Order: sequence, then structure tokens, then C-alpha cells
Amino acid sequence: MEARKFTEKALSEWMRGKGPDSDIVISSRVRIARNLDNLPFPMLATNQQSKEILDRLSQVMQAAEMKEIGNFSEVFLSDMSELDKRVLVEKHLISPNLANESRNGAVIISENEAASIMINEEDHLRIQCLYPGFQLEEAWELASRIDDVFEEQVDYAFDEVRGYLTSCPTNVGTGIRASVMIHLPALVLTQQMNRLLPAITQVGLAVRGIYGEGSESIGNLFQISNQITLGQSEKEIIDNLHSVARQIIEHEKAAREKIMQESPIRIKDRIRRSLGILTHAEVMDSKEASQRLSDVRLGLDLGLIDHVSSDVLNELIVMSQTGFLQQVYGRKLNTEERDIYRAALIRDKLSKS
Amino acid sequence: MVCQECGKKPATLHFTKIVNGEKTEFHICESCAREKGELIPGTSNGFSIHSLLSGLLDFDPSGKGSSTSSKAQTIRCDECGLTYSQFSKIGRFGCSSCYKHFEDRLDPLFKRVHGSTKHIGKIPKRRGGSIQTKRELEELKKQLQYRIIHEEFEDAAKIRDQIRELEKRISAG
Repeated sequence: MEARKFTEKALSEWMRGKGPDSDIVISSRVRIARNLDNLPFPMLATNQQSKEILDRLSQVMQAAEMKEIGNFSEVFLSDMSELDKRVLVEKHLISPNLANESRNGAVIISENEAASIMINEEDHLRIQCLYPGFQLEEAWELASRIDDVFEEQVDYAFDEVRGYLTSCPTNVGTGIRASVMIHLPALVLTQQMNRLLPAITQVGLAVRGIYGEGSESIGNLFQISNQITLGQSEKEIIDNLHSVARQIIEHEKAAREKIMQESPIRIKDRIRRSLGILTHAEVMDSKEASQRLSDVRLGLDLGLIDHVSSDVLNELIVMSQTGFLQQVYGRKLNTEERDIYRAALIRDKLSKS
Repeated sequence: MVCQECGKKPATLHFTKIVNGEKTEFHICESCAREKGELIPGTSNGFSIHSLLSGLLDFDPSGKGSSTSSKAQTIRCDECGLTYSQFSKIGRFGCSSCYKHFEDRLDPLFKRVHGSTKHIGKIPKRRGGSIQTKRELEELKKQLQYRIIHEEFEDAAKIRDQIRELEKRISAG
């Protein structure tokens, strides 16, 4: 089945690339929301209408311009098992909303998995591009290019004053949501996040846990994204997020240096303990795994550990999640089984790396 | 109704959260919401701007109280049938025509959410040609004013010619 090729491997091809500032920024993402003219938004569309939306948008895949961008495959949500859907959510290729609530939902994914195009999510069309490291402009350029191909083939709901019309008022205008996923262990450790967060929200940005709205921040990973989509150009939105993220990166670097200067033994001890636990534990819940993996990643970035590759850490962050674990072991697992299998998987991967 | 958090101020934001069919309700005041939202990053409470939306939609531009008055309830989108009152509960438009039908009430909402009411970003290339020209015209007129004020008349004359050229193109369709 088509979905298999995207759910088999934990790491998307793009994740193996090293982006700028990849010691702190895990990935940069841009998604744009678009709707077709003269058809109700997915929430109110009849089954017939949402089928029509799916057909019209799926056809664009055949356009010559689309083929110039890359090799895309389409997967229909109705053809996928619950487990496959979950794995795609854990890989950030589809949203939980598309997995759980869409009617006639589909996703068109590029071969390297850097671009995924969701159909019949909250809006008719959601184009999402993910790049490794700090590459917001690049992600926006690719998303905009794909947007141009769609716009050439279908009529968008667009208004001169309000811009691109979206289902939710928080997306109207540019329809753009840009975000960076950043690893901030030193800011968390030095308890500076509480001071930083209000400042970030005051400049029109939001901070969330890594699985988007409503999810917990795990393993010191934070997602910072723009909230404003109307009254600013795409460039202003990207630049604003870029400059705030740049400042946070600098704060994190300073905090890392400070920790290394003031308590090198303590931080080394913490990192090596975490590595020791990851390589020897028999039971490991997901929260502990995330925290320990965050420690080891910090150790790697600080040059305190050298025999672990960052690819393996990235892979383990994705693979130690529920959906993936079940996928690896080929069946539904209860919590206790998951904790045991998670520990085994981590031991195994780290000993080989 | 009094705020569930501080128990003092009146609750102005009301949430209904449904997770796996289980319904929970919150009623809190704005200052508690702000405090929660800023102190707990990305928690499952979901006190982000997005989830505060239905609270914002209940905002009456006249400032005389809640907008779920009988008048608001009767505003309806001809195209998809969604009423303004339904819209303010779910925080989602039903179709692109809702933007036209609810137009009078949207400016205050967009102002609060985005700080702005007018799109200045990307324009669809195929359908947006005339909008692009209009934007260029506005920009040129601004530049013309600037040149005149600064007594740069030679440049001003050039810009005036560009404006005439554009206006000719617009009237020719």
C-alpha cells in the first residue's frame, strides 16, 4: 500500500540533512491554508462536495509544473489503518485533525517527505513544507511554489480586502503559519523560559509543545509560530519569526556557555547519567525517554559525547512514540509493554550507533 | 458568573472542551486566562489565542454586552446557512460567503486577533491581476505625495506619468 512507504521509516529523508543552526533548531515549517471558491469549507461540505474538492485538488498532482517540483504520491485517509495514520502524525506529515476528523481526506507527500499537502483538513487545502534546521525562507519558498501550481489550476476563495479566506478567522489573510521547532535545554535548566515566554507572546508569536496546540512540551522541545496572518505580508511574518527565533537561539547558546563555565561537572554528570540510563534501563516511559534523549542531544551539541549520532537521536525521538513502537512490534501494546519495548529499542539503537 | 480561577472577577471567557466525547467547561476572567496562557507553555489547557477565539467572537463592538443578542442570532449566511450566533460558538466560518454576510461584525474581531483588518500579502497571480495594479497605484500615489512635499518635482512628474499610464490600463480593463 502507498501509505507504507511513508510509515516504514522513522526518519524522513530531509531529517538526515544538516540545516543551519541544527544544534538548536530541529526544523522549520511553513504551512499555508487555501480554499476553493464557491464550495463550503470542509466542516459544512456534504459528502458529495468534499468528494468533489478531493477530486479537483488531486488532479493538480498531474500538472507538469507539479512534476517539476518533485515526485508526489497521494494517500487517501480512508485507505489507511489507524496505526498508519498515527505514525504519519508522529512524523508531522499529517495533522491530528486530518487523521481523526476529515471526510474524504487525503495527503499528497513528496518523495523526500519535505512537502505534504493535506486535502479536506480544516480548510480544503493545506500545503506544508518542512526543512531541517533554521530554514524558514526556504520552507516558505517551496510552499509558495506549490501554492502557485494549485492557483494555476483551481479558483481560490480570495477577497481583495481580507485576502485568502479560511475556515478559521485566525488564518485569514495570508493563511500562513510558520514555525520553528527548537531544543532549549539550557534555558529550561537555568529557569529562563518563564521569563522568555511572556515576551514571545507579546510580539504576536505563540509557543507550544511539539505536537502543536494542546500538547505538552516534551524533551525541552518548543514550537514557536506566528499568530498574526492578516495585515502583514508573508515576508514580514517570516522575518519577524526569524528574528525572534534568532534571539532565542542566542539566549540558549549563552545559557549553554554559562552552564559549562559554572558547573561543568554537574552538567557532564547529568548527561552521562542519562546516557547510562538510556543504554541500560529495562523500563522507560515516554516522558523520561524524551528528557534523557534531550540530555544526550545537549551532550552531543556541547561536545561532551561523541559516539552517538544526531540521526539516531532524531530517529529515537520519533520512534519512541506510541504509534511507531506499535508499528515496529507489529501490534497494539499496552502502557507497560510500551515502556518495556521502548527501553529495549533505545538500548538497541544506541548500542549500534 | 464568577471566574473559576480567582473566584473574584466576572468570567468573560467560556470554553467547552470535548476530548473523546468527554465534555469539560471552563469559565474564567481575562486576567486569569492571560496568566495561565503565559505561565504554562503548550499545556493541554490550550489557552492559546486560537482557543480563546470563541471568547473573542462573543465580543460586542458597541461594548454594551454580549453579542449573542437577538439581532446577532438572526444574521445568517445565505450561501451555507450558518448564523452569526453559530459562528461565534464554533469559531469557524461555513464558507467564503460568510465573510460577506458577517462583514459588519468582523472588523473588531480581526482587529483583536490580528491587530489589522486588511490583507497586504500574496495575491493569486491568475485572478489577482487587477488587485495587483490597484496596489501599485496606491503605492505610486503615496510616492507622488512624498516627492511633492520634498519638492522633488522632476521625480514627481515621472511618477505622475506612471500613474496616468496605470490608470489608462485599469480603465481599459
